Amino acid sequence: MTNQIERHKYDILVIGAGGAGLRAAVEAREAGLRVAIICKSLFGKAHTVMAEGGAAASMGNVNDNDNWMVHFRDTMRGGKFLNHYRMAELHAKEAPDRIWELEMWGALFDRTKEGKISQRNFGGHEYPRLAHVGDRTGLELIRTMQQRIVALQQKDKAETGNAESNIKVFAELTITEILKEGGKVSGAYGYWRENGAEVLFEAPAVVLATGGVGKTFKITSNSWEGTGDGHALALKAGANLVDMEFLQFHPTGMVWPPSVRGILVTESVRGEGGVLTNTDGERFMFKYIPDVFKDKYADNEAEADRWYEDQDNNRRPPELLPRDEVARAINSEVKAGRGTEHGGVFLDVSKRIPAEVIKKRLPSMWHQFYELAGVDITKEAMEVGPTCHYVMGGIEVDPDTAAAVGVPGLYAAGECAGGMHGSNRLGGNSLTDLLVFGRRAGMGAAEYVKSAGSNPVSEAAISAAAAKIQAPFTRTGGENPYKLHQELQEITHNLVGIIRTKKELDEAIVKIADIRKRISNVTVTGNREFNPGFHLSFDLDNMLLIAESTAKSAVVREESRGGHTRDDFPAMSPAWRQKNNISSFNGTEVAVKQQPLPVLPKELFDLFDPHELEKYMSPEEMAKGGSN
Amino acid sequence: MARKLNLRIWRGNRETGALQNVTVEANEGEVVLDVIHRVQAEQLNDLAVRWNCKAGKCGSCSMEINGKPRLACMTQVASFPEDEEITITPLRAFPVIKDLVTDVSFNYKKAMEIPAFEPPVGMKPGEPRMAQMDVERSQEFRKCIECFLCQDTCHVIRDHEENKESFAGPRFFIRIAELDMHPLDILRNRKKKAQEEHGLGMCNITKCCTEVCPEHIRITDNAIIPMKERVVDEKYDPIRWLGSKIRKREGIL
Ligand SMILES: Cc1cc2nc3c(=O)[nH]c(=O)nc-3n(C[C@H](O)[C@H](O)[C@H](O)COP(=O)(O)OP(=O)(O)OC[C@H]3O[C@@H](n4cnc5c(N)ncnc54)[C@H](O)[C@@H]3O)c2cc1C
Ligand code: SF4
Ligand code: SF4
Ligand code: FES
Repeated sequence: MTNQIERHKYDILVIGAGGAGLRAAVEAREAGLRVAIICKSLFGKAHTVMAEGGAAASMGNVNDNDNWMVHFRDTMRGGKFLNHYRMAELHAKEAPDRIWELEMWGALFDRTKEGKISQRNFGGHEYPRLAHVGDRTGLELIRTMQQRIVALQQKDKAETGNAESNIKVFAELTITEILKEGGKVSGAYGYWRENGAEVLFEAPAVVLATGGVGKTFKITSNSWEGTGDGHALALKAGANLVDMEFLQFHPTGMVWPPSVRGILVTESVRGEGGVLTNTDGERFMFKYIPDVFKDKYADNEAEADRWYEDQDNNRRPPELLPRDEVARAINSEVKAGRGTEHGGVFLDVSKRIPAEVIKKRLPSMWHQFYELAGVDITKEAMEVGPTCHYVMGGIEVDPDTAAAVGVPGLYAAGECAGGMHGSNRLGGNSLTDLLVFGRRAGMGAAEYVKSAGSNPVSEAAISAAAAKIQAPFTRTGGENPYKLHQELQEITHNLVGIIRTKKELDEAIVKIADIRKRISNVTVTGNREFNPGFHLSFDLDNMLLIAESTAKSAVVREESRGGHTRDDFPAMSPAWRQKNNISSFNGTEVAVKQQPLPVLPKELFDLFDPHELEKYMSPEEMAKGGSN
Repeated sequence: MARKLNLRIWRGNRETGALQNVTVEANEGEVVLDVIHRVQAEQLNDLAVRWNCKAGKCGSCSMEINGKPRLACMTQVASFPEDEEITITPLRAFPVIKDLVTDVSFNYKKAMEIPAFEPPVGMKPGEPRMAQMDVERSQEFRKCIECFLCQDTCHVIRDHEENKESFAGPRFFIRIAELDMHPLDILRNRKKKAQEEHGLGMCNITKCCTEVCPEHIRITDNAIIPMKERVVDEKYDPIRWLGSKIRKREGIL
């Protein structure tokens, strides 16, 4: 059997064709290595395509006070100082180069009057910082990189006669397992979605760039691909996940009609001047400015309105607070009975901005509401509410090389990697995260392969991987994977959602364990040909691991911070700020232990006003003033 | 308000297939993709359909609904009369893989044939200055989500497999136009090549492609016609051709 399967040999496998994966592949190819890119959907359709608002980089094109240090400070603040400082530092320093490089590959960003790349305001960013193309920035990013890869293939064709000689895209192929020999990565195993046929990839290095986990939740802005595959593949291969309790609920998802519930309403709507009100007509965000942000956000409408004209002399409108704050505020308004009948609040741009400007600056939002909800946002308010959007937690990596801790040959970048965003990601920081760390992962993997050489896969490993793929077809009388998925989504939504308590989290852990027992019995109807039920049975296994890791991390973290809010522990705890939750997997269950967070070195510590740091750090930490 | 919906869904593979009648519930505000998913979860677990974003942004869920090329995630169930049967079939211009999923590799092959973007030699990252007005023309074409509905509807290849070899199709005419109008691209003869190598001459400006484009890209008016006109110009007037390339270069500064 095993000698009949399709086999491929590469230097590096990149799993994922979103922004992070494609950037990694370009880098590895340019380092002279043979690269395979593998993705679950067609080339160019990865989730990155949906990113709207923009990519944060301190180019200083609109306000020249901006620089990497300001960006670094904003990122740490947004993450409530739980970020891995080194990742935030590398990101802030390298983001501008990564954006400029896209332009040399054909990207066309919107321009300033001087002809530079225009930059827009976004929540948590002190200056206008997001490079953008209307509200379809992700599409521009992915298409540019897709076309860059085609350009490299054309070059190879000219030289070798075969466009796919050095870089090949395997689209609509799902990886089910990372293979290891002697403790090191040796390849990966998976199946073609089209016909279920199995495929073996041999390669000494694998870059995981598989994106997010949103489909674990009931209301999400993520597509079907967001099933946490990379997170789960890494856990199963012996790597760790860091801080999986931190999930970003984007404050503004669509709430009506039901079929579009969760679809994102970009933050640019607020960046361009959108205002949030409850059913009493009150602009409620003024009530929700936390103490740590009092000196940066306007506490009255007049000042907030002036800010759009004069940013140097006014504080920002509270609609632009970091996402976790806005999401919680909306949640509270709805709970207090001031929400719409569909459980949302109102978001309005029509009163402040002329119709033609709205259509020009927010074209796809206009389109989305007009076509899907029958609402004309140039005339009426939108109804919005929180939606599960982004996972801050992810694979534990070395910041400089993106190497996954504990598994030689494994790398991770993009949304599936952890640490960069701490407890809460700022809008726009993901797209540049993909580029900065995608490139570093490609580089890191290339260096590793050059020194480590190949690592052949054993027949035993192949048979074991093949047996797992066959399993759902050989069982009979088990449960339907769609039903189990719905059940899991109910559990995460009700018990591991925006506001959490110990009692509910304990209950979730028990229920998740129960589903895990039942999933080993899942049966699939039909055959292997493009069979979504079969596909879901694998995704489900991954989502269960994500849910388990999230719930177990959430129950131990006894504080509220960023994307983790505990009703029973409503305040931030300086002691918990110094700890990461590390998840590992022993083959049957996830275990969570604490590990000290790397300490800010003195030169980065000194970039902050001590009065600000005091709000987060203990007196002992303040006295030390950084690690060295 | 839920309603009962009668669907006829094409089921089959590369060799054979037929329409299958299904009755399914549809709720207020739902799109065709929603009801396909309900059929998949409740009745036909192995029904094959492509989708990703469910928000009209990725171009995956292309299919034919009552014979019209559409995105299933942007087609409201309510747009059909209460008692109408809805027929859902795969894209006709491409070979079926299974049910509603087709083999669109033709398009990726064509993408490979179009010479890549080429910036001026020696230009450094961060240097380009371009006016908004000058980038907007190409930006219109870069809105393309590669749903390939325009390719599917174009009569040159819809029922003419034999034309596929020499015809890139509207999606790639706008790609060529985008590069041709790109203020930083210095590669010459893009329009001429469109005519001679990519089959622009086979297009007889029926505008069907523009009509189906979910991104409302004015494929014919803004890309195909200007390229055809200028190809004609350039064939007769070499001086003007040179002028247009020089103007394009000036855009760089
Ligand atoms: C609606 C929306 C709007 C957003 N807007 C912004 C924004 O304006 N600015 C910003 O900075 N961020 C934004 N984000 C966040 C950002 O888009 C994502 O975090 C980012 O695109 C993730 O990119 P990625 O490269 O990590 O993975 P993705 O783009 O998610 O790609 C994952 C890839 O991995 C593949 N894959 C997954 N599992 C497997 C497997 N088992 N086998 C093979 N392949 C696999 C998938 O097929 C896919 O190709 C937005 C997110 C959403 C949902
Ligand atoms: S206008 Fe040309 S490209 Fe468009 S559908 Fe008609 S023939 Fe095809
Ligand atoms: S041009 Fe329009 S119809 Fe054609 S592929 Fe692009 S988005 Fe689709
Ligand atoms: S699912 Fe993305 S366009 Fe329809």
